[in-house]
Order: sequence, then structure tokens, then C-alpha cells
Amino acid sequence: MSHTYLIIAEQRDGKIRQVTLEALQAVRTASRDGDRISAVLLGSELDSLASHLSSYPLSDIHLIDHDSLKHYNPEAYLAALTPLLDSLRPDAIFTGHTALGRDLAPAIAAKLQAGQLSDVISIEGTGEGTVFTRPIYAGKAFEKKQFQSFPWVVTVRPNNFPAIGPSPSGQHERIIKVDYTPPSSLHTLVKDVVRKTTGKVDLTEAKIIVSGGRGVKSEDGFKPLEELANLLGGAVGASRGACDSGYCNYALQIGQTGKVVTPEIYIACGISGAIQHLAGMSQSRIIIAINKDPEAPIFKVADYGIVGDLFEVVPLLTQEFRKALA
Amino acid sequence: MNVYVILKQTFDTEEKITIQNGQVSEDGVKFVINPYDEYAVEEAIRIKEASGGQVIVVSAGPERSAEALRTALAMGADEAVLLSSDGIPSDEYSVSVALAAYFSDKSFDLILGGNFSVDNGAGQVAIRLAEQLGIPHVSSITKLELSNGKASVERDAEGDLEVLEISLPSLFTAQQGLNEPRYPSLPGIMKAKKKPFHHITLNELAIDPDLLKARTKQTEISLPPARIAGQILQGDLPSQAAHLVELLRTKSKVI
Repeated sequence: MSHTYLIIAEQRDGKIRQVTLEALQAVRTASRDGDRISAVLLGSELDSLASHLSSYPLSDIHLIDHDSLKHYNPEAYLAALTPLLDSLRPDAIFTGHTALGRDLAPAIAAKLQAGQLSDVISIEGTGEGTVFTRPIYAGKAFEKKQFQSFPWVVTVRPNNFPAIGPSPSGQHERIIKVDYTPPSSLHTLVKDVVRKTTGKVDLTEAKIIVSGGRGVKSEDGFKPLEELANLLGGAVGASRGACDSGYCNYALQIGQTGKVVTPEIYIACGISGAIQHLAGMSQSRIIIAINKDPEAPIFKVADYGIVGDLFEVVPLLTQEFRKALA
Repeated sequence: MNVYVILKQTFDTEEKITIQNGQVSEDGVKFVINPYDEYAVEEAIRIKEASGGQVIVVSAGPERSAEALRTALAMGADEAVLLSSDGIPSDEYSVSVALAAYFSDKSFDLILGGNFSVDNGAGQVAIRLAEQLGIPHVSSITKLELSNGKASVERDAEGDLEVLEISLPSLFTAQQGLNEPRYPSLPGIMKAKKKPFHHITLNELAIDPDLLKARTKQTEISLPPARIAGQILQGDLPSQAAHLVELLRTKSKVI
């Protein structure tokens, strides 16, 4: 029996997000020949995004384009998706485990009385036999799970599936515009969206993270870390200690409370390596630790360690990377 | 204001995880209120202190969860409800259906919960509950202000800030930064012993067990491969920095 998969696509700064292409790869892993793979994109002024999306291997793309959907509103987005869910009757819905996906997916799952597997990092098998792996205790352990019934709702963790590339043959996807009339009685109103991250690399999607702990000592202490991150096209993160001390915003926090990240390179600066922090970053591919204290537990998980003052070491590293990248 | 808080008892985040007989071992583990739920408890108590009303904390969990509920009472909640997880499959769908059954005859202005639990990390139950109760929700909030039957909230969206207005009753999940939870005071701990504590079972909710059927099942649990300590670089700092970049290029091939 063939199945219908629906990917809820996401955009950021006018581009299709990487995690959407990763979710598409996850769907292709679980799906079989003959399955239908659709995508839906919600927002406003979506034409150029739709044409971008149409270069990927999808059966069809549904566009819900309305001024009032410019910003994510949980109630409005669910209302906008409902008629499509009713008509398409997808067997599985995939999206990114992002600010939007984390919020929207459980609402959809509840509406469909469906099971959901959140924050999936790998997939084996296909169709009914698909096995999903997801971290628990922020990555201190992993569980494998299966659905007992359709439909499925799945959110995939950014940076864990390879992003699918455009299809060279250029499939002729159908772009289908879906009507949306905002419900007359919305309880939720988006008053304002303050973009603090425009142009910045998202922490959970970053390939390189330069992270600071209590050792950065102040808000200003993050400056050399930012400089290194910018040079490498990466993002800045922080430990709970740095956040609790008020050196940075909690949005940067990496750990069991905070975000779990899996970059290619994680550079821990002035972070001792508490268990709750290690949970959030120890699945990174390469870990580099910079700390004055040679006994700091962070060195036990680091591939490379430099014992020294981060304020000396980080600028030296920036200088060396600059040379290497020139 | 009638404020309910749904909370879960979880491992302290400093606990290591060990697996015994295919399950996460709870031997000697220190349990706490899930840190995100603790922000929710604190916020509920602050709302009560500012504008009156009562705070009822509810947990669907095993008997040990009573301790987390007592902590919430000691912080200042008025009443606690422990819905025994006996008979509730450990699946977010099932747990939210059971909680929805509990809330079906309750009147409330607000339900607060945590953004996600630090153990299972799925972040589903609270949002599912809102949907099942037919009330609006905003997740991951860092600010909550109430006036004239409306809530004005700030939501952390991967570092961006969304400002929303939402009518009550509604459900919110707490993100870090919402507040700084208090420690229970000694008088608070004494008073907590006299506060109403209700133990309820699934039978009392008169819910068809078929409706609770799990949608997912766990097939395996494992620990990540231990990371092996690598190389501590030697020499003066400038040459260590140069050596590191060289290693990343030639050995790890990541730049």
C-alpha cells in the first residue's frame, strides 16, 4: 500500500530552511517507491520560495499564502492547515524540530489523535517497519521507537540528516494554491516579532559553534568568541553558568536545560564541563576545549585541548584560522 | 485567577544515566521538579500573589512524583493532584488524553507547564492538552502579563522574540528566563503538609481504556558510545593554536 507524506516546509530570511531539506531526506529514507511526497509552505508572498522548493523531488507543493500568515501564529497556522490535512489525509507529517515545528507538530498530532516522535536523529527501515532513533535525557541515552498506527507526526532534529539536493532532472511538480480565510474568532494575536537573529547562523543548525562558559567573565567577554564564530560562519553558544551569570541571553544556552547541538566543530571556551552541559554537546563531531584548569572535566570529552586563558587562546586561534582560510 | 500547573518529576540534570534490564535505572537517583515546570510553578505562584486566586499542581506519574508535588506546595501552590500513571501507557498521546479527561470538568483561567521535560524531551503533552481542551496556547514563553481576561506574552523562537496577545483561558509553556524559581522556605515546607493532596486513579476519570492506546512504542534503549579524551596540545600558546588549526585541516579534515 502506498503512503502519502507531507512535509511542512519552513523559511528563514526568505530562504527554504536547511532543516526542511533534511526532513525531506528523512521522508525519502522512510518512504517506498510509489509513495507520494508532498510539501506545504505557509506564509506570505511565497512565490519565489515555492519555485525554489519546486527544484526538489516532491510530488506536489501546497502553498497557503496569506498576509496574516506572515508570522507564525499557532492557532492560525493550525486553522490554515486543517482543510489540507482533511483533503490530503497524509499518512505521515514531517517537519523540523524547530521553534515552529516543536509548537505546531504536537497540535497537529492532537488534532489527528496521532502519535508523534519528536527530535528524531536517524531512521532505519521503511513504511510500517520504520524505526526512529531519538535522544532522551538530552543525549545521555538514546531510544528507538516505532509507530503503532498511522498517521505519524515526526519532527527531525536539524543537522542530523543530510540535506537533499535539487533534482537535476527537474521534476514537474504541481504547485497548488490553497485558499485560506482567517477564522473570524482567533484567540491569538501576534503583536510583534523582534528579529534578533537576522543574518546569524541558527545555533541548532550551525556547523561550527564557539561556546563560552563562566570563564568569559562578562558580556564583553563574548566578543572574541563572536569574532571567531563570524570568521568560521558559525554561531555562538553558552553554558548555563554563563547564562545564569547574566553574560548572555538564555537563547544561547546549550545543555540538558537549553539546546542540544551536534555541530561539526564545537569549541568550548572557559567551560568546565558539567554533566548537564556535556549532555547538550557531546554528540558534536569534533570537540575542542580551551580552559585554564587542566583538571576541567571538559577535557575528558575533548578531541583537542588547550590549557590556557581563553582571552589569549581565542584571538590566536582566530588569527590562525584566518591564515588557514585565506 | 484559577491557575493549574502540570508538572513532571524528572532526574536531576546532574545525574548520569545507566541502563539496567533494558531500562533507565532509577537506583539512587535524585529527582526534582522538571526545571521548565519549576518556572511554571513559580509563575503561577506569582500570579496568585499579585492578583489572588489559587494554584493547583497536577502530575500524571508514578507514586514517587508526590515528592515533586510536595515541593510545589512548599513553594506556595495551594493544592496538589497526583494522577497515578498506572494504566496510562508512556506515550505522549495517552498521557495527554488522560490529563484532558482530568481537566474536562475543571474550571480554570490558565494552565501552565514547562517547555519540555528534560528526560523524554519530546515537548508534546502540554500542547496536546491545549488542543484537546480546545483552548489556545503559546509555547516557550519568557514573559507573561495578565490584564482584563487577556494575556500578553513573549515567546522565545530560536532567539527571536515574538510578542503575542491571547485571550483566557489558555495554556502556556515556560522557557528559561521567565522567572527565577524560589526555594521552598521552612514555614512553606511545614504548611505544605496541611495542604490538600489528592491521589486519583484512572478509574476515577471514567475514561475508556481503548482511548488511551499508545500510538508509539519503544523498542530499544542504549547509551551513546563514550567519548575518549583526545589530545592536550603542548608548547607555547601561539604554536598550540597553529598546531590545532593544522590538525583540524589535515587529521580531522573539518576545515
